[in-house]
Amino acid sequence: MKLAWLIPILPLLGCAFSGLLGRRLGKLATAVVSVGVVFAAFLVALATFFAMKAAPGQRLDLLYGTWMAVGTPGTPGALSVPFGLVVDPLSGTMMLVVTGIGALIHLYSVGYMWEEEGFARYFSYLNLFVFFMLTLVLGSSLPLLFVGWEGVGLCSYLLIGYYFETDYAPDAGLKAFLTNRVGDLGMAVGMMALFAHFGTLTVGDILAQAGHLSPETSFGILGFATLMLFVGATGKSAQIPLYVWLPDAMAGPTPVSALIHAATMVTAGIFLLCRMAPLFLLSPVTMNVVAWTGAATALFAATIGLVQRDIKKVLAYSTVSQLGYMFLGLGAAGFAAGFFHVFTHAWFKALLFLGAGSVIHALHHEQDLFRMGGLKDKLPITFWTMLIATLAIMGLPPFSGFFSKDEILYLAFLKSPWLWAIGVVGACCTAFYMWRLMALTFWGEPRDHHAFEHAHESPWQMTLPLGILALGSALGGFLGVPEAFGGHFAIGKFLEPALTFGQTHGAHGGHHAGPAVLLAVISTGLGLAAALAGFFLYKDGLARAEALAARVPGLHLVLLNKYFVDEAIEGYLLRPFRWFGNLLWKLGDVILIDGVGVNLPGALTRVAGDFVSLLQTGRVRNYALGMGFGILALAWIFLK
Amino acid sequence: MLAWYQNLPLWVTALPMLGALLLLFVPNTQRRTFELGALAITVADFLLSVPLWFQYQSSDAVQWVTRIPWIPSIGVNFHIGMDGISLVLFLLTTFIGFISVWCSFTAIEERHKEYYIWILVMQFTMLGVFICQDMFLFYLFWELMLVPMYFLIAIWGGPQKLYAAIKLFLYTLAGSVLMLVAILAIYFLQHKTTGTYSFGIAEFQAMAPAIAKQSLTFQILLCLAFFIGFAIKVPMFPFHTWLPDAHVQAPTAGSVILAGILLKMGTYGFVRFLLPIVPEATKLLMPWFLALTLIGVIYGALVAMIQKDIKKLVAYSSVSHLGLCMLGIFALNPNGIMGGMFQMINHGISTSALFLLVGIVYERRHTRMIADYSGLSKQMPVYATIFMIMTMSSIGLPGLNGFIGEFAILQGAFQAQPWWAVAATSGIILGAAYMLWLYQRVMFGPLDSASVHMKDLNAREIAYFAPLVAAAFWIGLYPKPLMDRLEKPIAKLVTQVDPGFFERERLEKVQAEARRMGMKAMEAPAHAAPGAAGHAPEAHAAVPKGGH
Repeated sequence: MKLAWLIPILPLLGCAFSGLLGRRLGKLATAVVSVGVVFAAFLVALATFFAMKAAPGQRLDLLYGTWMAVGTPGTPGALSVPFGLVVDPLSGTMMLVVTGIGALIHLYSVGYMWEEEGFARYFSYLNLFVFFMLTLVLGSSLPLLFVGWEGVGLCSYLLIGYYFETDYAPDAGLKAFLTNRVGDLGMAVGMMALFAHFGTLTVGDILAQAGHLSPETSFGILGFATLMLFVGATGKSAQIPLYVWLPDAMAGPTPVSALIHAATMVTAGIFLLCRMAPLFLLSPVTMNVVAWTGAATALFAATIGLVQRDIKKVLAYSTVSQLGYMFLGLGAAGFAAGFFHVFTHAWFKALLFLGAGSVIHALHHEQDLFRMGGLKDKLPITFWTMLIATLAIMGLPPFSGFFSKDEILYLAFLKSPWLWAIGVVGACCTAFYMWRLMALTFWGEPRDHHAFEHAHESPWQMTLPLGILALGSALGGFLGVPEAFGGHFAIGKFLEPALTFGQTHGAHGGHHAGPAVLLAVISTGLGLAAALAGFFLYKDGLARAEALAARVPGLHLVLLNKYFVDEAIEGYLLRPFRWFGNLLWKLGDVILIDGVGVNLPGALTRVAGDFVSLLQTGRVRNYALGMGFGILALAWIFLK
Repeated sequence: MLAWYQNLPLWVTALPMLGALLLLFVPNTQRRTFELGALAITVADFLLSVPLWFQYQSSDAVQWVTRIPWIPSIGVNFHIGMDGISLVLFLLTTFIGFISVWCSFTAIEERHKEYYIWILVMQFTMLGVFICQDMFLFYLFWELMLVPMYFLIAIWGGPQKLYAAIKLFLYTLAGSVLMLVAILAIYFLQHKTTGTYSFGIAEFQAMAPAIAKQSLTFQILLCLAFFIGFAIKVPMFPFHTWLPDAHVQAPTAGSVILAGILLKMGTYGFVRFLLPIVPEATKLLMPWFLALTLIGVIYGALVAMIQKDIKKLVAYSSVSHLGLCMLGIFALNPNGIMGGMFQMINHGISTSALFLLVGIVYERRHTRMIADYSGLSKQMPVYATIFMIMTMSSIGLPGLNGFIGEFAILQGAFQAQPWWAVAATSGIILGAAYMLWLYQRVMFGPLDSASVHMKDLNAREIAYFAPLVAAAFWIGLYPKPLMDRLEKPIAKLVTQVDPGFFERERLEKVQAEARRMGMKAMEAPAHAAPGAAGHAPEAHAAVPKGGH
């Protein structure tokens, strides 16, 4: 399957086409090409995937040349980075998700964005995103992965700021880029540390060497390197403390939120950790940090989601929270479980966003939940598909979210019951805010009658992807039914060679059915209760919820303002930076260096010159006097 | 005698001067002749220099050598030639050269004859610096370079042009004089130890062991004299304040040349002279140099962030970027120096482009204040796209040139001392902050009313941006040819500075290998039945890395 390079290159060609010719050739041509290339990439990816499954060791190592080379290859300290792609179960699954769900969302975008002036620009960026995402997924070395990593960040920036004539969209884009930059440089430092230790940046070579190491007992170089990689992951995958950009990123068009900020790009951090899984297993300290950060984020973001009014903001915090679950799974050594959740989440969260987009589209860009209501019969396809996604995300068996989330919670329980408890509380919040969202959107009386009257179901380009995604959300879980429920956790078995890289230590063994079923019953039961609470509290409008909020005004205010994190960042981080920059400029450059160091000597020279030039009076008697004094002085010196 | 095509550096250097002499005979009023003539000369010069890229033999030796005795009584030779390090900067100069002429067609409204002649003379002196293999000759070109730049700023500059021009001149002159003292000190020391008088750069570099035997004070003074001379040119903190003034006052082409080439003289000086000639004292003073470097990276970025003038912002960003370049060079290992060299070229490409971009809007609206612009990307989509590409290149987005340099610099710095790299990353984050914030304020938001009649780039403007954009992508996507040309000279430099470097690295590698083999032997049973996936990378690891 040498042709695997086509998978990333096709979308790149699409990007060039839309970017250079799109405006001239019109919307239809742009749409056909943009959707077509991603769909074609999906087909090639499918063929490659089956070639990989048939290949020995379920791994295709494809090499296309050398990208960077410092020093003579083979000599010490030499840096050599190949242009290479790796297709294994991990990257293979991910590339199918990216191209498959990507193709659906491209199709959906055609309907959603048809009225927009910047149609070609939009598709050019979206194709470029798919290219970079595939580079990230398939790249055989960390630098190549990093190209994709930063590239998707760029596309995210461009697409968040798509409505660039507004105030808020460029701000959100800048915030996303800079927050990610912090994480990215953490990752860069992690790469440096790995290079210093292993002398290579090719993933396969690093992992092969790591196979000979035993787990670190204290915090050493591997701990440092993996922690730095995790810092990178917290940026891209929106974990505490770098999650702040993702909710704002909803300023972009809704399909973008679905593809980039829910299904694919934000899971890059989880992908990275899975890719380097054997290395993380060697660093228990990092694993603990990962697990606790994930759990904290899962709960923290879910609580904010409870009270948000903007339908996309609710989903954004939900995404942050779900990503937290994935990291919780990884930290509990459940790499397969965490990645499984990436897979199921991609379906149902993309579906939720596209459904929300369909609602927003129907209501002419109304995003406020408090102004919706009663849309159940007006938008039947949207309603039913979103209902399936809601059941999936809250983890009701047998929908897909149940299996992946349950596996994560079970592994968390094995690591620490507290982690499990946090996860379950978070899951209750998830069920609550999702049913709140559903009730506010689809049930009750319409709160904005004008918008309600004009609402209509979306065109086929939008509803078809909804249907396909709903199918995946409902059934996707059966790919990995945990052993506790009579399955074989098939996806885990399939991923195992990629995750363990031929090594055995630390990988998770089989587990027993007893507590697993009990735990699942408890968490599902609590989740159901929370869902009912959310539904009945909001089913008939806002009155009951407002009464409840009035009883805990402080808590409500804190949640509504997202724990005042943005305000704290502005006040305690950004403002001091600007103040300090100003100080350095005014005091350092203008007063000290330029004033005292440069202009002062200049001025002194001039003053001295002016003073000395006073001696040149042009009067002969002054000079004669000077001469006289000179003679006297000389006489005194010589005759003394 | 070499055939002319074997001695291209000489002709490439001489051509702009010959062209300038020719233009002297054209009457003052022929504006078009000067514009097109200067463009033709610089384009021809660039085309003439391209074969050098292919003629270059991959080795650390000085190539295209011409050596003719010039003033034998004091040991001065007309000695020219280039190695890989000089070559890439030489080519950068011819590359930036024609772009700086091309961008001046509409910007320069008066005294065309003088202007284009000075630009050509400027190019002649800059090229001269890179081909010299004799200190005397080098110093000659180094000082000559100031004259055309002085006039470019003082005649065609902004409102405070005289202040800026004099500041530039005196500042750099102070540095060069210190350097001259250092050169003479070595020159006489050489006579004392070897009995001959010579200004040859190779001979100067060969003096390193003798210098290391001198008193510590002598060594440190020598080192500082070179350091200050070059640090002013780079410029490094705290010698940088001439730069924002010079940039803001200079005409666009002046800024382009200044940022693109002139600043590289300083970094080139470090690589060519300071490191190989006084390595011991340099290593001794390294903590201080590094402190200045890191301060420069962060200081430049912080000050750039709050600038209100676009050109000043870009000027301060230069301080930060060249700080990174110096960090790579001071890492004293191949990765770091390679990164430093890349940073020089990348800065030459992206910062020149940014100055050109500022020049475009300045020509149209006669203001450079950020607050005067808003929402330009609606009005000027092509301009916005190029600005975006160059912003990304400047902040080191992978796939574009900036990344390769920053990556190698951090890699080298991390190898030398991890905390330097970690500290430098903060400058890179700030770099993204000020560039993107600038972009946002100028390009996004609603279009301001004064800009509604702004025209997008015309064909000429697109034409001179195109090579810059192409170069940015080329270096970002396929840097290997450039690395191939730099690799051997850099390895030689590392050996000059730290003779034991490669031997030490090799030993470390052998030891690591031995440790691994030992562990492998112990783990052999566990590994006898590896997972299927284990095998491909195993085979991979057996071949020494990077041997593809």
